[in-house]
Amino acid sequence: MSDPILSLGNVEAFYGDARALHGVSFDLHPGEMLALIGSNGAGKTTLLKTICGLISRYGGDIVFDQQNLSGTSASAIASAGIALVPEGRRLFPSLSVEENLVIGGHVGRTGPWNLVSIYELFPILKERRHQPSTSLSGGQQQMVAIGRALMANPKLLLLDELSLGLAPVIIKDIYALLPRIVGQGLSAILVEQDVTRALGFADRFICLQEGRVALEGAPGSFTREEISQAYFGA
Amino acid sequence: MDWVNAIVQGILIGGLYALFAAGLSLIFGVMRLVNIAHGDFIIAAAYLAYVVISATGLHPLLSLVFVVPVAAAAGYVLQATILNRTLGDDLLPPLLVTFGLSVILQNGLLEIFTADSRKLDAGLLDIQTVSVLPGVSVGYMPVLMFMTAVLVIAGLQYIFYRTALGRAFRATSDDGEIAQLMGLDNRKVFAAAMALSFAVIAIAGVFLAVRANFDPFMGPARLIFGFEAVIIGGLGNLWGTLAGGVILGVAQAIGAQIDPGWQLLAGHIAFLVVLAVKPRGLFPRIEG
Repeated sequence: MSDPILSLGNVEAFYGDARALHGVSFDLHPGEMLALIGSNGAGKTTLLKTICGLISRYGGDIVFDQQNLSGTSASAIASAGIALVPEGRRLFPSLSVEENLVIGGHVGRTGPWNLVSIYELFPILKERRHQPSTSLSGGQQQMVAIGRALMANPKLLLLDELSLGLAPVIIKDIYALLPRIVGQGLSAILVEQDVTRALGFADRFICLQEGRVALEGAPGSFTREEISQAYFGA
Repeated sequence: MDWVNAIVQGILIGGLYALFAAGLSLIFGVMRLVNIAHGDFIIAAAYLAYVVISATGLHPLLSLVFVVPVAAAAGYVLQATILNRTLGDDLLPPLLVTFGLSVILQNGLLEIFTADSRKLDAGLLDIQTVSVLPGVSVGYMPVLMFMTAVLVIAGLQYIFYRTALGRAFRATSDDGEIAQLMGLDNRKVFAAAMALSFAVIAIAGVFLAVRANFDPFMGPARLIFGFEAVIIGGLGNLWGTLAGGVILGVAQAIGAQIDPGWQLLAGHIAFLVVLAVKPRGLFPRIEG
């Protein structure tokens, strides 16, 4: 198998004195989609933020594209090719739809994604491109958040709770587009509350429980009971 | 006609107040930093122009070619080396540090330039006037000052809403954490904002020094005028800041017309009335 694009070795993360991750290790290979599941507070979002460089206090090693990320600033990590679609979307309210997308491309990486290809993927955004991002519906805002991350032409895309606060029909539409996004050699880590949906898309999954890896493998290789056990704890 | 005259002069001086306020407003908008030393930096810029003019004999307005870039560079370095360290969730450290800078600047200027008041001589520009109505004539300098203020505000507005730098300012102000994920280094964005603020400070300082005498201790009062213009106009609205400056200038002129002793008081009263009636200012930024 090829070298992993992302490799975590015994990663620990702290909020003040509270430890949120306890020795998390895994590898992610190019083109692979990894689902990260676990109950609230299991450390999923913390793990994504740690990878992005938003949590300054962490231990262990994070190696991305053969580069050790410890001590690397969040902006440098973004330039290296990791993009996040944050939980709750977190668009820039004082920027228009198009400005939100353009600023995503600020890292200056080239690749398949630009304004034209984003507007092909989400035609509705082209119609709304001069509106303030806050005037869009939740689903459209999620499209902007995904587009903003793709504009960086990342090698690794982190998707945090894409379905949060969205109507089921919208969630279905957005997930229907995922293969077009991740199918191009892009690796992804998908955090999702809806375990069935997440496992349906992923090549592999990791279940976190209280900041530790409780279960790891291919979605088909465990029974529902085993996954549920890892999810909720004994 | 005296009243019309007073109001016209008030409007024109409002341009200077808007220049005081614009840099202050910009910094608060981008990084939630209240620069207590803002007025002292304006005075420091005036002294810098004084030194440049003494050495070269340049006209004060031409000295801007030198003073603006030097001030901008100083602003960048100040932010990068000192003020970035004070920024965080707590608003107090930047207040205390800029207060300290204010004290240092005043005493530093006193040490170097003594307490004697100075003025920059703009030659004919200073004394020539044009009659706009019978009994109402305006000086070239106040008109130039007001036009400069309009241009500065328009320029800042353009930078904020039409350029990549402005996009970075707004994004960092909206959500500093996510802005980093766009490859933006907050510290550099803040330093660029401070450089821009200092460029405006330099322009304000030179116009102030052409208009009136200045001495090392005039800074805090300019800070107050700047604050009042920002609050009257509404936080985060640059054109509102110009309106705020004009309202402050007109209020002072009307006060002075009634009784010379009422000039400053009338300005403060106008500010308090706006604060009481519309606490967010007359033209607050529309939140999404």
